[in-house]
This record gives sequence, structure tokens and C-alpha cells, in this order.
Amino acid sequence: MVRYVASDELSDPPPAEHGVRLLNPDGTPRAHPEFDALLDVEDLKSCYGAMLRARHLDDAATTLQRQGELALWIPLRGQEAAQVGSVRAAAPADFLFPSYREHAVAWERGLPPVEVMRLLRGITHGGWDPAAYNLANYALVLATQTLHAVGYALGIQLDAERARSAGPGMAAVATVAAATEGRANIGRPTIGSDPENARGAPARGHPENIVGPPIVGRPTNTVGLPNVGRPTNLGDVLDAAVVVYLGDGAMSQGDANEAFVWAASFNAPVVFFCTNNQWAISTPAARQARVPLAERAAGFGFPGVRVDGNDVVAVHAVTTWALERARAGAGPTLIEAYTYRMGPHTTSDDPTRYQPAEALDRWRALDPIDRVARALAPVCDPGWFDERLAEARATATRLRAQTLALADPPPDAFFDEVLVTETDEGRAQRAAFREYRESFQV
Amino acid sequence: MSMRTLRPAAVPGTIAAPVSPAPAPAAAGAPEHAAAEDAARPVALAKALGAALRDAMAADERIVLLGEDVGRLGGVFRVTDGLQREFGEARVIDSPLSESGIVGAAIGLAMRGYRPVCEIQFDGFVYPAFDQIVTQLSRLRQRSGGALRMPVTIRIPYGGGIGAVEHHSESPEAYFAHTPGLRVLTPSTAADGYLLLRQAVACDDPVIFFEPKRRYWERGPLTPAEDPPLPMERARVTRPGSDVTLLAYGPTVRTCLDAAAAAAAEGRSVEVVDLRSLAPLDWPTMTASLRRTGRAVVVHEAPVVAGLGAEIAARLTEECFYHLEAPVGRVGGYHVPYPPARLEKEYLPDLDRVLDAVDRAFGH
Repeated sequence: MVRYVASDELSDPPPAEHGVRLLNPDGTPRAHPEFDALLDVEDLKSCYGAMLRARHLDDAATTLQRQGELALWIPLRGQEAAQVGSVRAAAPADFLFPSYREHAVAWERGLPPVEVMRLLRGITHGGWDPAAYNLANYALVLATQTLHAVGYALGIQLDAERARSAGPGMAAVATVAAATEGRANIGRPTIGSDPENARGAPARGHPENIVGPPIVGRPTNTVGLPNVGRPTNLGDVLDAAVVVYLGDGAMSQGDANEAFVWAASFNAPVVFFCTNNQWAISTPAARQARVPLAERAAGFGFPGVRVDGNDVVAVHAVTTWALERARAGAGPTLIEAYTYRMGPHTTSDDPTRYQPAEALDRWRALDPIDRVARALAPVCDPGWFDERLAEARATATRLRAQTLALADPPPDAFFDEVLVTETDEGRAQRAAFREYRESFQV
Repeated sequence: MSMRTLRPAAVPGTIAAPVSPAPAPAAAGAPEHAAAEDAARPVALAKALGAALRDAMAADERIVLLGEDVGRLGGVFRVTDGLQREFGEARVIDSPLSESGIVGAAIGLAMRGYRPVCEIQFDGFVYPAFDQIVTQLSRLRQRSGGALRMPVTIRIPYGGGIGAVEHHSESPEAYFAHTPGLRVLTPSTAADGYLLLRQAVACDDPVIFFEPKRRYWERGPLTPAEDPPLPMERARVTRPGSDVTLLAYGPTVRTCLDAAAAAAAEGRSVEVVDLRSLAPLDWPTMTASLRRTGRAVVVHEAPVVAGLGAEIAARLTEECFYHLEAPVGRVGGYHVPYPPARLEKEYLPDLDRVLDAVDRAFGH
């Protein structure tokens, strides 16, 4: 008989199992032999604001759902550090593929919060232009997006290949192509262009993050596993990389495993960011894996790193390292962000039927936002925290008003954009639908 | 029931013989028009498809091929023969054995601005990629509010008649024709193989491109049958007739042309329409033909139950009810898994089953 590890055994690991940790739950810095903190005080303050905003937006959305204003909400509570830390490691040119819970990633990428509400209010199945934010639409079928990410990463490699083979005089061929209709799907990073979302430039790659006095961390140490260690001098051979988000449940999908094979085989510049929140609705992570998920990467031939998903500093450092590796042509990485889903799977779920209450209590003590607050407490006065809170509340209030103001789409909107090359059949069906509706309006 | 005599095919070497690598004689009924010598020289359908890919890739560097064994080997049917040598490993990608990966990666490539052409090695192997095609590829345009284009072509050799093992002889086209957001094409001649594949690759929407594998080695000119060439969503009246319309596509077009020739010897004028596009279907061409002849029979290899023939028969009945001299007939596969090779001759619609359905259309 196979004995599965009970969920309550799994959700209470000793601290070492949290993976790379650079900020202790009490807010004190922690050294790691392979990874250094890359966020300075100002970065960390900015991260705090973003995480707090995300929580308030998240709660506002849950309330809206309970009031019947959203069809569904997918809470992210508990995963603020995993999302904010990773998205802030990405450069504007990097392309991100979310699953369906990465609202904070989307908001940090510059997507107006209300755009996500349009999806969950039932106005659209996606809605935003992926090229405008270098952010794909949500993928609700588990792990499908991992293959899209690998394909996109192959495209980045092909662009570089084309630029190389065209010779120095033609090095801009990919750029030129990008400006033409064929590349209409990419480019135009507009991060921070929406005043609603002007949250400062991404933290990655700023020299001051490295040479300035870090709030935590220690000098670069590249001793250790091959390929592990911050490659500060590798240089980019590719102009972008890809981050794709998936969950612990998606790790059991065929597509995820095919994506790992493809990424390894082509050395694709892709970072698989697995948010292990330990629950796939009611299915515990123990039913998905008998080893830490990060260890799976070794079997495919690329590094896997478990990081404390409730530590924004560590998530940022590890994701930065993985992205720099990818852009340097060193291939894919699997990051397992070890965290906990503090809310239900969705607002339709009732975790009290399967989730041990004491696990929730234990993880509440590890809250990712409280951790940063403790780290900042010595350097920020209470007034600063009050301002952040007021700001987060105001953002949530705005979101609520914007959501309530959303208009329903026109009745025949479902005929829109099924094909670029609309068919006679499609036109005829739309006309028949309109005629039918109008027949009631005598 | 009286004993009946099987009628001989008027054109030799059409249905009974499995596909052989040896080139078949030039197909009768090939487009009859004068053309430039090169384009008029008969080539096999497989070669025409390869030529279409080569010419498309030469014209547009965003076109990349990916599939199992498509590069060094040139594909198990040699359709992509020589393309990796000509265009390099970066553009003709030998993929892992991972069908979902082939289509999923193609989607990502399309998001980056490329125009991927995927090869699924055999019809029965498309199911691992079914999810990516149906839940992703077909919907990403609408999901993105019209921001994304998905110019992805998925080539699938399909149909039986080659004496193969299980999963190598199937006709899954109805699944894809049923799915909104996809175009579905299938050529029956070398000229259409070239033309439709060029059109598919140039199309900004996803195209599922079914290649009738038992016709791969039938020859015809590359020159389009019409000038200007027929748009990809148009059916063609391949053989005009006045008594009954046979609606066929892919591998059964040849079967129906043979049946029409045999029927002509018996004094019956049979019109053959090659549908070419299965999604969308060309209703104007079909209804015009049925209004002329008053009778129609749909012929495909796929099981009749809930197949394309059901949609066609229902729609033609709705639109042409008062022109019908008989119910629209259907000839196709039985509702059983595609049989082992020794029995496929019994399963596949052949000349006699088509003519039997024609006879029934006149029995009303």
C-alpha cells in the first residue's frame, strides 16, 4: 500500500525546508551561501506598498464577489511576496505568463486592477493586450501556459539567431520585424504608464541595488552548486527572458512536464516559477509529489531552487538570478516558491472541509507582509506605515467604484474576434442573432 | 434481397490498392488547363505540399516548422524532405516526442511574432495536442480581446487505406470543424495541396490542415485549377453533373470521381463537389449544386454518426427542402473504431457504397 503523507504533516516543515531565505519571519536579515539580497531599503519599502495594496485589492474583490458583483474571485492571500518578489525581478522586455491567481503580478506589470475584475465579473475571458504589458492572459487550464512560455522563449532565441545570421549590418532585423505587422503581438512595454499604476521602475538590475548598502545579505558568493550563484558578469546574449507561473497542482500535468523537456532540450530562456501553496483545491501537495517539487528539475537537466515564498527579498534574489541566467543563455530554471494558500481556492471553495485550522495559524505567523513590516520598522516611522495603509485602502476603494461602474458587453459581443478572417458563416450567425433579438422589440 | 454485382472502377488503381511509394500514374480528372511547363508537370501531392512549405519559408522568414522527425528525416512521409538542409535547424525544428508541446510551443512562437507550421505525424496522435488546440489555440484571439493573432498551421496526415496499424488511419476532422476559432482545410489534389497550404500558412488564424495520406503519391500539376486561384473557403465543382451531387473531401474525392465515371457509363450524370474547406463549409456552392441536381450524398471516411455529413445533410435540408427529390444521403465509416488493416477495405467507403447510396437517392 502506498502511504501518502498527510497534509498536516506536510504543511509544517522545519524552517530549513522553506528553502532560500534572506529575511527571517521576525524581520531580521539572514545570510545564504548562494544568494544575496538585491533589494535596498527603498526597494523594500516599495515592495511593502505593493504587497499591502495587493492584499487590500484582493480583499475588496472577495467582498465584491460576496455581494454578487463578481462571478468568482481567486484570492491570492498569502502569496503577495511570491508574486511581488518575482515580478519585480523581471525586466520590462521579459515576458510573463501567469496562471490565474497572479493578480499582484499583473498589477505590478501595470495592468489596471479593474482589468482583472472584468474577467471575473464575466465581461471577458481575458481582455488585455498581452503585448501592452508583456503579460499573457490568464490560463485556466492547468499548465497549458508553460508550453506557450517555452514557445515564446524559443522565439526569443530565434530572434537572436536571425540577428546573428544576418550579420552586423543586419543586426537590427529582429527589431525591424518587431516594428512591422508580424510582430504586432510584442513590444510596447508600458509599465508604469498608467498613473493608477505608477509604482516606480522595476527593481531589477539597478546598480544601486548591488553596490548600495543592502538591508540584508552579504557579498556575492558563487561557491556551491554548479550554475548556482549570482552571475553578475555573465552579460546578456538574449534581449529578454520568460517567466511562467504554475502551481503545485499543475506540476502533475503532462503539459508542465513536456514544457520542462522542451525547455531543457532547447536550453530555452524560461524561468518556471512554481508557487507551491500546498493546496490544489482540496488536494494536498503530498498527493502531487513525494519529493520537494524543486528537485524535479534535476531529472530534466536544469537547476531547481526552493525559495521561501513568504520572503519577498529571497524570491526577488532567486528570480533575478534565474532570469539573468536565462538571458545569459544558460537555460531554464525551476523555482519552487514555498508558501501557503491562506484563503480558499476560489470564493466557491470551503477549505474548512479539508484544511487543518492549525496549519492556517502556523502560516499566519509567517505572513509575508508582516515580515517586511518588521524589517522596515527600525527605519520607517509609524506615520509612513499609516500612509501605506491609507494608500492601499484608497486603491481598494477606487477598484470597488470602478468595478461597480463596469458596463456589460453588448449582447452580440461573443461573436467578436473569434477569427481574424471572419467567415460568412460567422457574419450570418451574428445577423440572425440580432434579427432574433430585435423581433422582440416591436 | 437479390445478389448484386460489384461495379468495376472506371479509373484503375484508385481505391483497392494501398498507397505505395511508387508514383501512381497521373490522376485522371486533374485540372485540365494549359499552364507553364514546370507547373503543369505532374507532381505527387506529398511533393506539392513540400514545395508549398519551401516557397512559403523562402518568402517569409517568420515561418518555422516543428514536428517529430520533420528535419533530418524529412518527415515519415517525406513531405518536409530537404527543408532543414535548406533553412537550417533553427527554422525546421525536430521536436521532442510531445504533441501537446508541438502545438503549445507553436502558440508561444506565434505570440512572439512567428508563423509556425506544425506536423502531427499521424491523425491518431493529435489527441495529446487536442487540449492545446481546443482550449488554447482556437481561443487565444478572443481571449485577448482581438489583440493576438494565431497564425499557426497544423498539418495532419489523415485517413485510411494504407494498411497501417491502429491510430494511423483515422479521420478526426469533425472534432476540429466543431470547434469555433479554427479553420479546417483538406486538399484532394496536388494543385490544391500547394495552393491550400500556401493559403493556410498565410492565414492569420489557426488552420488544421488534413492531408489525405493515401493520396500522397497521386500526381497532378501544381498549377491552380482556376485563375485567379480559388479562395481557401470555397468548394469546387470538380465534375459537373445534373442528376445527383456527391459531396466529398480529401481522400473520398477520388472515390467519388471514380463513382461518377462508373455511373456515367450507366447513363447517370453525377456532379462531384470537392469541399476543400471543412470549417467554414461553403454553403453557397453546395446549395447551388443541390438545387441543380435535387439529390445529394455526402461521402467521408469518418464515422457517419455525428460526423460532418450530419451537419451537411441537416443544413442542406433546411436550406433546400423544396428542391430535394430525396433525403440527403450519407456514406462513411461505421460507428466502430477504425478496423485492423485486413478489414479496412470493408470499412472504407468505396465506389460501390457510393453508387449504392446514389441508387437509393433515386429510389424515392
